[in-house]
Amino acid sequence: MIKVQREDFDIGAELASLTEGKTGIGGLASFVGLVRDLADQGAVSVMTLEHYPGMTEKRLAEIEAEARARWPLDSVLIIHRYGKLEPGERIVLVATTSAHRQAALESCAFLIDWLKTKAPFWKLEQGAEGAAWVEAKASDDRAAEKWKR
Amino acid sequence: MKLLYFAWVRTNIGKAEEELAAPGHVQTVEDLLDWIATLGPQYAAALDRRNVIKVAINHEYVEHDHPVRSDDEIALFPPVTGG
Repeated sequence: MIKVQREDFDIGAELASLTEGKTGIGGLASFVGLVRDLADQGAVSVMTLEHYPGMTEKRLAEIEAEARARWPLDSVLIIHRYGKLEPGERIVLVATTSAHRQAALESCAFLIDWLKTKAPFWKLEQGAEGAAWVEAKASDDRAAEKWKR
Repeated sequence: MKLLYFAWVRTNIGKAEEELAAPGHVQTVEDLLDWIATLGPQYAAALDRRNVIKVAINHEYVEHDHPVRSDDEIALFPPVTGG
């Protein structure tokens, strides 16, 4: 399931909903991305996340489908926020459930690695020095590259 | 064609989207970027780092040699930084 939203999310409620009434799930893996107060340019007071409505949902659905093709998963949940966020706020939640932990853990790592290089989101960081668009990192490209087949 | 701009492509050009009628010689994404760069100093500035600009046509990523059509929705943006 894909959700692209401005509002915050309740991690406990979201994770609980993935397993409610299901007894065949052996493991749930999750990743939560947060706004940091320190970036390459110095201290960050506000981060604004821009995205491409329409394309964002399509690319996230494609990434979910790819994870489901690679691992035997019961649920996949991706929630990604946009708009103005302050340090400490949640940006993204990725969660997967499966009968076995390895599929859940690996697919969760895969999803966040692929999302970072494929989903059309951009971060603008504002601090005392002014505003700057976050540059894509080569380390993120390498992290996504290792899942290539 | 409908052009959409995001992140620093948008802030350099000064608008988020516009309808453009490209001249007949604009056949590929590469041609389109060359032509857009001539539309004014702000366009030239936005396309200064043209080799890093990502292009999506109708929500799908394409390479710079991909053909463009007059009814396409074409988005130009920097490498993505979500997550």
